[in-house]
Amino acid sequence: MGEYLVLIISCIFINNILLAQYLGNCPFLGTSKKMETAVGMAAAVVFVLTLAGGLTWAIDVYFLKKLEIEFLRTIAFILVIASLVQFVEMFLKKSIPALYAGLGIFLPLITTNCAVMGVCLINIQEKYTFLQSLVTSSAYAAGFGLALILFTGIRERIIIGRVPKPLQDTSIGLVTAGMLALTFLAFKGLV
Amino acid sequence: MAKSIAQEFVKGLWTEIPPFRLVLGICPTLAVTTSVVNGVGMGIGVTFVLVCSNILIAMLRNVIPSKIRIACYIIIIATFVTVVELLSQAFAYPLYMSLGIFIPLIVVNCILLGRAEAFASKNPILPSIADGLGIGIGYTLALGVLGALRESLGNGTLLGYPVFGPAFEPFTFMVQAPGAFVSLGLMLAIMNMLGNR
Repeated sequence: MGEYLVLIISCIFINNILLAQYLGNCPFLGTSKKMETAVGMAAAVVFVLTLAGGLTWAIDVYFLKKLEIEFLRTIAFILVIASLVQFVEMFLKKSIPALYAGLGIFLPLITTNCAVMGVCLINIQEKYTFLQSLVTSSAYAAGFGLALILFTGIRERIIIGRVPKPLQDTSIGLVTAGMLALTFLAFKGLV
Repeated sequence: MAKSIAQEFVKGLWTEIPPFRLVLGICPTLAVTTSVVNGVGMGIGVTFVLVCSNILIAMLRNVIPSKIRIACYIIIIATFVTVVELLSQAFAYPLYMSLGIFIPLIVVNCILLGRAEAFASKNPILPSIADGLGIGIGYTLALGVLGALRESLGNGTLLGYPVFGPAFEPFTFMVQAPGAFVSLGLMLAIMNMLGNR
């Protein structure tokens, strides 16, 4: 139990996917201008990343490793993720329309979110077991949501302030993200 | 409408240089620019994939059904990324190790899909090659400059050689995650100041 707790804390805070591993930064900058879109994106990532983490682990162990075609991992994973996203979209539209309307356009965007692909590759690289993969995937996704929502809160305030013209928009956003990353750096001694 | 091939090439070097003008492909930009060698290595990898996938997509642009075009582009891109992965493993092993998972992650780099969708799917082969080369070289330059900045301030070296003399205290902030965000943000601001296209 303790081992999993350490894993969860280190995935959310210490190795935060956005601010320490540099993954998933395009949606981080793109969807952080309004709180509603940020929450939608965070929810979609939590949902898809947990599923994708488990599924790609199974594909890798039972399919790629068994047939000794690990060099096709990149192609296999991107295909699995793309079709998973499509499948989830169709399933939600049919059975849980309320959730589908909430996640909306963020679902298809997740295919090219490198956080999803990145976490799946990290799981394989670290040789996690199936349960560990599931736990890390959802913890990384939670870290993504946490950082995204914190960042959006700050950014909504910055828009009101007077920012010098060349620094406006993405530029000041990146500098703010840097400051946020600095605070997350302080979690390093936690575990 | 018909722009010359040279123009398609040059636009990637200044007016549309990623990641400054086209804010795409941020993740590898932040992650690999801890040194010049890593930055340029990544840039070359992206350029190779971009040119090859642009050629293939431009050739197949009338064959690919528009409904499943994104899936087709991703498979083409993933194929060339695998080529880069195996080539770098064979011929540039230290670089392969230091770039780590960011080589397979070229697949999800938005620049590639962006160029495929915005350019190669609508233009013949030659302009697509020019576009891919221009954008790729622009990206490589940008990564090189950012790498030089962060390596020289964060490590006190440039391409592994000391530049500021023994008295210089390395500014470790620059090679860590916060420095990556801040330096890219400031570079963007400088590019905005230098001129609006």
